[in-house]
Amino acid sequence: MSTQDKDEMLRTFTAKAEAVSCVVEEVPSMAKAFDYVVDLCGKKEACKLLISGCEEALSKKAEGLCETKQAKLVAAPNLNKKDFGSLKKKCNDNGFVCIDEGMRDHLAGTDIGVALCQGGIADTGTVILDSDSEETRLATMISEIFVAVVPKSKLFANTYEAEDVVSKLIGKDPSYTAFITGASRTADIERVLALGVHGPLEMHVLLLDK
Amino acid sequence: MQKAHDLKEYREEVGQALDNEFLRKAMDNFARAYPQGRAKAFAGMDAAALIAEIAEAKDESVSHMEELYQEFKKNAEAAGVKVHRARTAAEANEIIADIAREENCKNIVKSKSMTAEETLLNHHLEAEGLQVTETDLGEWIIQLRHEGPTHMVMPAIHLSRDQVAGLFSQVTGSNQPNEVEKLVKVARRELRQRYVDADMGISGANFCLADSGAIGLVTNEGNARLVTTLPRVHVALAGLEKLTPSLHDALRVLKALPRNATGQAITSYVTWIKGQSECKAAEDNKKSYHIVFLDNGRTAMSKDPLFKEVLRCIRCGACANVCPVYRMVGGHQYGHIYIGAIGLILTYFFHGRDKAKNLVKNCINCQACKAVCAAGIDLPRMIKEVLARIQDEEGHELESRLLSKAMSNRRFFHGLLRSARYAQKMFGTKTSADHKGKYQRHLPMLLSKEHGFREIPKLADTPFRDKFPKLREKVEHPRYVVGLFGGCAEDFLYPEHLESGMETFKGQRVDVRYPMSQTCCGLPLMMMGETTTERDVAKQNIRAFDPAELDYIICHCPSCASHLKGYPNLFKNDPEWHLLAQRFADKVIDYSSFVQEELEMGKEHFEQGGPRAAYHSPCHLCRGMGVHEAPRKLLGTGGYDYVEMKEEEVCCGFGGTYSVKFPRISSQILKTKLDHIEESGADLLVTDCPGCVMQIRGGLDKRGSKVKVRHMSEALAERKKPGGGHP
Repeated sequence: MSTQDKDEMLRTFTAKAEAVSCVVEEVPSMAKAFDYVVDLCGKKEACKLLISGCEEALSKKAEGLCETKQAKLVAAPNLNKKDFGSLKKKCNDNGFVCIDEGMRDHLAGTDIGVALCQGGIADTGTVILDSDSEETRLATMISEIFVAVVPKSKLFANTYEAEDVVSKLIGKDPSYTAFITGASRTADIERVLALGVHGPLEMHVLLLDK
Repeated sequence: MQKAHDLKEYREEVGQALDNEFLRKAMDNFARAYPQGRAKAFAGMDAAALIAEIAEAKDESVSHMEELYQEFKKNAEAAGVKVHRARTAAEANEIIADIAREENCKNIVKSKSMTAEETLLNHHLEAEGLQVTETDLGEWIIQLRHEGPTHMVMPAIHLSRDQVAGLFSQVTGSNQPNEVEKLVKVARRELRQRYVDADMGISGANFCLADSGAIGLVTNEGNARLVTTLPRVHVALAGLEKLTPSLHDALRVLKALPRNATGQAITSYVTWIKGQSECKAAEDNKKSYHIVFLDNGRTAMSKDPLFKEVLRCIRCGACANVCPVYRMVGGHQYGHIYIGAIGLILTYFFHGRDKAKNLVKNCINCQACKAVCAAGIDLPRMIKEVLARIQDEEGHELESRLLSKAMSNRRFFHGLLRSARYAQKMFGTKTSADHKGKYQRHLPMLLSKEHGFREIPKLADTPFRDKFPKLREKVEHPRYVVGLFGGCAEDFLYPEHLESGMETFKGQRVDVRYPMSQTCCGLPLMMMGETTTERDVAKQNIRAFDPAELDYIICHCPSCASHLKGYPNLFKNDPEWHLLAQRFADKVIDYSSFVQEELEMGKEHFEQGGPRAAYHSPCHLCRGMGVHEAPRKLLGTGGYDYVEMKEEEVCCGFGGTYSVKFPRISSQILKTKLDHIEESGADLLVTDCPGCVMQIRGGLDKRGSKVKVRHMSEALAERKKPGGGHP
């Protein structure tokens, strides 16, 4: 594929992802991606800024679940050991908790879920995520912000172009594969669009150079 | 859901829906917004080609459903999945209840599944003492209200934020504001707890991939991911028609499904699951995973040469989105469990004749659903076929039998129309200056006051067939030899349309024939489900016209024209008549296309500088015949100042016998049309169909509007310069 085609694909991906309210940034390295995560976490006010529901009056049981959540939490279960170590250090330096397992203990919600994706689909602004690990599934669902890191080299023009990669992912036994395109959304009340009905309220895509 | 015992009760329920102001407004806003969203989502794509590919691939899958099932089962079982097969809805529910018992589950979270709605799964599980929570926001709302969905994709589209706030206040025991954003967050937190408590998750499946044994789930909220992740048991319920050979087939459907459903390029989540994925709530860290396939008549349907096409449906809900009747009455009155055009058909097969018999009559046959269907299903035709089956099973209704009987004999039928001319004298004609002699003064007895929304025209003193011999011109060296197909409305009600047509042909060297043995096209018979007589009259018409002699068979009524074009479909099992029908159908053309595309008359033939004219595009012209440009160009040629109006291609609410059966719906659809016409600022409304003329002119005159209504032939004849012959 020519450089021109690659650039075109990058532009398409960015436009399509932004069209579904994603924030898209290009990052030169994993280290920069982690800086972005830490910066985002710092700016974010835990469980309030995004009106995730904690201040709403709820039934007692749901209220109870909400109270189990305290410090700012970053979950990144699918990074390799070295990368996780580096993210964890940056988080700790800023006073955030960073975990790569035990998501079931945090079902009330985490602040940020980070995942390294297996691919991206330009014409819909979609990321492809191997979600075989339950921790990965949960980290990317119960976080208020989902940060997806996608290597630029793994962008595909459309779903048909990504078919081989997806086929391989689906063919494993067992396998749990996700296409994710923007935050969790609904328009079930009066067709008014609302983000964050069950999953993330925000999605950020970091397009990684390497 | 359908509870009405007869048509009268059904009409009463429809009436209540029409009186529900919030519903009407919500539906209307949706109907206006949807076409733009869809067009934007498909921009730059060849939607028609994609739809044709999907139709072909689905047909292929449906014809190999059993093999696909065996292949899927083998692959899924190899991955540790338990595959079940239910012959009936009750059996599916039993299987799932058994799984809950065996796996010792008490709390169930569900993601959206129309198949589970079909089997009324929740009722069954709740009766077994299980707690079931719908997690899709819309489904949760309607579950709390103990009602069924009113749309396949947006189940709670009929409810206002106030109603939802009231409901959530009850659930939480605290007062909730009527702000959508906040209500969504309340649901987020309340439902999160339900996932935590759940030991079983039930999902549907949009795709079941035979070559891998994986399923695909398409959602926006992401609830299916939590439903299939947190509880230790997962049960997926899928109709057999969801089986598809491979990922590629699923990806193809995925290109159309979200675009057609909600105007999205793709949904937020598409999830592919194979085998026993990791689950830390399960003893061995492995999810217990069951897939239940539901037959419930699908296998039989897949073998039915006519109805197997119905199994192509990908449940996008678009057929409801564009339906003018759904727009008026909403899903509770326009479906039983499945909603929209597809719902009218599936109700008969999945829920029986009793639930379907009134519903199927409520199709106005405007073809909008067919034009938008992501799988290219001929929905209007299927609906009429269901109606015909119900009539055959239950006995034909008296009025239907009478019509059928009358129409089977042309002489008798036309005699009846002629004598009706005298009979209508007792209703009198209007005497006011504007309406003089045009309309019946009193409504005929069989029509109730609900029919008073438009003026009813009186039959012509002399039908066209009696005038024709005098009107016919002798043409030397004709450019075209054409047969006129009049149709009942043109021949007996509006002969002036055909006369005007003859006027526009003058000097164009068109040799016109009017075969006297032609009769009704048969569309009203199809609408009534009288398929046998429908075929009989088709044969009479095919015999009446000799395609070898004629270049074209011209129709001033596009409903007739599109029905004539469909004659070959009536003789699929009769090769000889099929061939004759095809030769006949190939010659059929509508009046506007003939004048614009064949005669190619230019501005020089018409006085220019005419009044502002809006155009109403008849359903059977734009969708039935695929004609969009010709009439609009023709208005310009004819010297009119064409002004665009809103929703030109949306039905006017006539639908032939429909407006007699459902006058209140017809009147409401008409009202929107009349508003658009008056807003456009046009002096004149031109259309191409006698039915639309009757409906729209009757409605405008009833309103006392200044806007005049003309058939295209009249509009052209009025501005045609004398002479100006073709060289």
